[in-house]
Amino acid sequence: MISVNGMREPSNPSSSESDEKVVMPHRGGNKAFIILALVVAAIVIIAAAFATGLFSGGASKESVTITGAGATFPMPLILKWADEYHNETNGKVKVNYGGGGSGAGITQIKDKHVEFAGTDAPLSASESTTYGLVHIPETLGAVAVAYNEPNLLALKLDGPTLSRIFMKNITVWDDPAIAALNPGITLPTDQITTVVRSDSSGTTFVFSGYLAAVSQEFDSLYGQGKSVNWPNAIGASGNPGVTQTVRTTPHSIGYIELAYAIQNQVPFAQLKNHDGNFVTPSLETTSAAAAASSTLPSGDGDWSQVNILDAPGANSYPIASFSYILIYKELYNGQTKMNRTAAEALVEFLWWVVHSDGQSYADELYYAPLPTSVVSGNEATLNSITYNGESLR
Amino acid sequence: MNRYAYRKLKDRAASGLALACVVAALVPLVYILAEVVRVGAPAINWEFLTSRTKGTGEPGEGIGNAILGTLLLVGYASLIGLPVGLLTGVYVSEYGNNRFGTTVRFFNDVLANFPSIVIGLLAYALVVDMLNVGFSLIAGSFALAIIMIPIVANTTEEALRLVPNSLREGALALGVPRWKTVMKVMLANARAGIVTGALLSIARIAGETAPLLLTAFYSNYWSASATEPIASLPLTIFRNYNSPSDVLLHQAWGAALVLILMVLTLNIGVRLFMMKRNRKPKVVKKTWKTRLSLRA
Amino acid sequence: MAARRLGSRFGMARSDKMFEFSVMAVAGLTLALVWLLVAKMILDAQQSISGFGVGFVTGDTWDPNRDVYGALPFIFGTLVTSAIAILVGVPVSIGIAIYLSELAPPWIREPLSFVVELLAAVPSVIYGLWAMYALRPVMVDSIEPVFVALFGWTPLFDGQPVGLDKFVAGVILAIMIIPTVASVSKEAMRAVPDSQREAALSLGATRSETTRMAVLSYARSGIFGASILGLGRAVGETMAVTMTIGNANMISSSLLDPGQTMASLIANNWGEAQGLQLSALIEIGVVLFIVALIVNVLARLSIGRFMKAVPTTGGGL
Repeated sequence: MISVNGMREPSNPSSSESDEKVVMPHRGGNKAFIILALVVAAIVIIAAAFATGLFSGGASKESVTITGAGATFPMPLILKWADEYHNETNGKVKVNYGGGGSGAGITQIKDKHVEFAGTDAPLSASESTTYGLVHIPETLGAVAVAYNEPNLLALKLDGPTLSRIFMKNITVWDDPAIAALNPGITLPTDQITTVVRSDSSGTTFVFSGYLAAVSQEFDSLYGQGKSVNWPNAIGASGNPGVTQTVRTTPHSIGYIELAYAIQNQVPFAQLKNHDGNFVTPSLETTSAAAAASSTLPSGDGDWSQVNILDAPGANSYPIASFSYILIYKELYNGQTKMNRTAAEALVEFLWWVVHSDGQSYADELYYAPLPTSVVSGNEATLNSITYNGESLR
Repeated sequence: MNRYAYRKLKDRAASGLALACVVAALVPLVYILAEVVRVGAPAINWEFLTSRTKGTGEPGEGIGNAILGTLLLVGYASLIGLPVGLLTGVYVSEYGNNRFGTTVRFFNDVLANFPSIVIGLLAYALVVDMLNVGFSLIAGSFALAIIMIPIVANTTEEALRLVPNSLREGALALGVPRWKTVMKVMLANARAGIVTGALLSIARIAGETAPLLLTAFYSNYWSASATEPIASLPLTIFRNYNSPSDVLLHQAWGAALVLILMVLTLNIGVRLFMMKRNRKPKVVKKTWKTRLSLRA
Repeated sequence: MAARRLGSRFGMARSDKMFEFSVMAVAGLTLALVWLLVAKMILDAQQSISGFGVGFVTGDTWDPNRDVYGALPFIFGTLVTSAIAILVGVPVSIGIAIYLSELAPPWIREPLSFVVELLAAVPSVIYGLWAMYALRPVMVDSIEPVFVALFGWTPLFDGQPVGLDKFVAGVILAIMIIPTVASVSKEAMRAVPDSQREAALSLGATRSETTRMAVLSYARSGIFGASILGLGRAVGETMAVTMTIGNANMISSSLLDPGQTMASLIANNWGEAQGLQLSALIEIGVVLFIVALIVNVLARLSIGRFMKAVPTTGGGL
């Protein structure tokens, strides 16, 4: 083996010590190489330890993981359910919910990258039949109009004015239209910064649906949709993002699910409802809006026309909505990684969710519980879910 | 003021301006580090580092699964990226004096500075979509590996270039086969440079977010499965940076602190190592000890 | 012994060839793989390409509701934020390079260069986090009002400071490109032979005059290349921009208005896009790829002999 180090080689090993100077070779890299090898080895070992379940909470052969994504509208509640159900089943069932907005949820379940999707915007009739997805309303919420004006303690708005604010026809807080609805209050002179969703959102769908219903101009220029071509607004991701953006942006106004507004102490406006009363979004006013709705379709039917916007009733809040969970009617999908255990776990989880077990957690998070008629409808839907043709319940 | 004094004044002002630019660059760096430590440190405790994220904003969450996720993503990426990058660098340095070699070198240079979101798109196209693995650890690692390869290839090539030609020629003259020359002689001597390059590339990909957005998704659970979505430190920051929940926001800052410690340790460690190595070689008396070590 | 060596020569040649071939295969494989994926990306964008044609690049509407897509707002956003990044970042970088190359005492040169390069090691998402909570208040309270006071009458600074706009995004980009531009410019200046400096000094020039006359003009192309390289990084930057630009898919002249870049659009809409929207988004990716490719190739060609100095380990994008 060649000695390729050092500039002067010891040519004669038998020669005794001399006063010759030798340049010590640069072995360079030994320590670093060892560190690198250790790092990579450590990673592989940790991964192996996990695979064999050595760490607590590691993937054990018995546990089932169900992944969902979608609407941030019901997200706090779904995450609460996931956590509680994890305890209920002694760690056997893990429900992952990734948020991302209704649009993302819908796309991902269509692509079969997730097992269930959350959306506040129902699918069109053709979408649900083409893909074989069913709607399971799991909760009721309200879209609050949150704002950031420290000196403005109570704000009253109505549909048309709200539309004009978001269409940028009204650009300052002390606009006459706003003043007319809030007599006796001194409004600030600042420009209004509108905050909207940057991602494809069911909350946007609900909010824009309301604006389209109460304003012809909004309907023709923009229309209802999960993504709206809002003029000059700041976009934030998810309900949490809009909440935080409104909180940190003076003179701003945005639309968020009620739970976020209350939990984060963001002031929100009273809206004039269908009957002409100014109503504050709350559990009662949300339930009131749902009470007025006609019967819902069956799970695999056409949900595209379902809405409880601008609902009649003295106490109804005008921007309320169901939120839906989408799953495949036939859970053996070939391309998904769903085995029978997972399919059963999913159906059981949803059964738990729509009944009082799950619904009991709704109150404290400011979501309205499902009316009994809706629960019955869900029961029928869940009973119709099949795995490779066999019913799961 | 005479002409000369005026020029001197201009000179002083210009020097001051240059120094001001340096200060202007250092201020954000110091500020960022200070903020991350200031806001992130209070969030860090053993529970924080070993609990998993939940996303609910209730106390008791941690970033343990994100730390594991980042380690796994980087580990798997290195398993692909390091060898491929190394061999590519070896090729370009040893055999690459032709058009193909030049193309590869140029291509690697360009790819090294490429928008990582586009690289995420490419990894999505192949692993998540075409191979239908879905959002997963392996997809994320693949994206990171693509980012890693040109960096490792470039630093390997540079390290090899620094090895004196005499060594290569000496080995070949003594009849050592070409491939052995490269593997045992050249690489052994370039080891320091190669390893520093590898460590720097690891530091780089540990902080990548955009490619993971499109490939690894996220998970609130402990997971080591290659085909499941997985948490990571950068995505923990991105998901929570605009959250109204104090708990989640502190999660983001805590994750930022852990991440920046990882990255800075690697960068500073590598630099210290390089400094030590670049010091003048030790010149010592030739004794039995030195002769033995020279023989090895 | 000689016979053995001779005999193994043929064996050596074969194993040598095998080694060379396998190493070449690996190098070629990476090349091939990336181009394959680019082809797939273009294929995926086909629906959008045929749907909008050239009008995609000039279309100014991005409306998923009506399935109309155009890239102009995002090309605009990328251009504006990159322009701010260059305008603010390059002069500062040149100042730093001058200091490090010409003015700094020798003992401080290495450590200071290293510290400046550390700016590049900070991951982009951490820049964004810091920008959100530390830079934004400073911009909103101190810096943007100054610009509004001075230039509010122009369309450039029309509006009220909110802190989530093209201006802030541009500023954070400027900070992020400083390490790249500064270190490459510094190398370019260091490569200027001392004879040039000595010639200027011998004519009685002051240090700054020497720098201007002898160094800067000689290193001109290297500095230009460094700036283009910085531009390349600014164009491709995703996370810090997404977190500061306000995410509004529109074109507006005011720097205080929110905007969107090509990279931030993809980051924002990725998980939810499908059908035509997904195809359009991928087409945006293709446009970004082409722009980044052109800029980076240009940069590499300009830098030429300073190639060694180019940092290949910048912080995460």
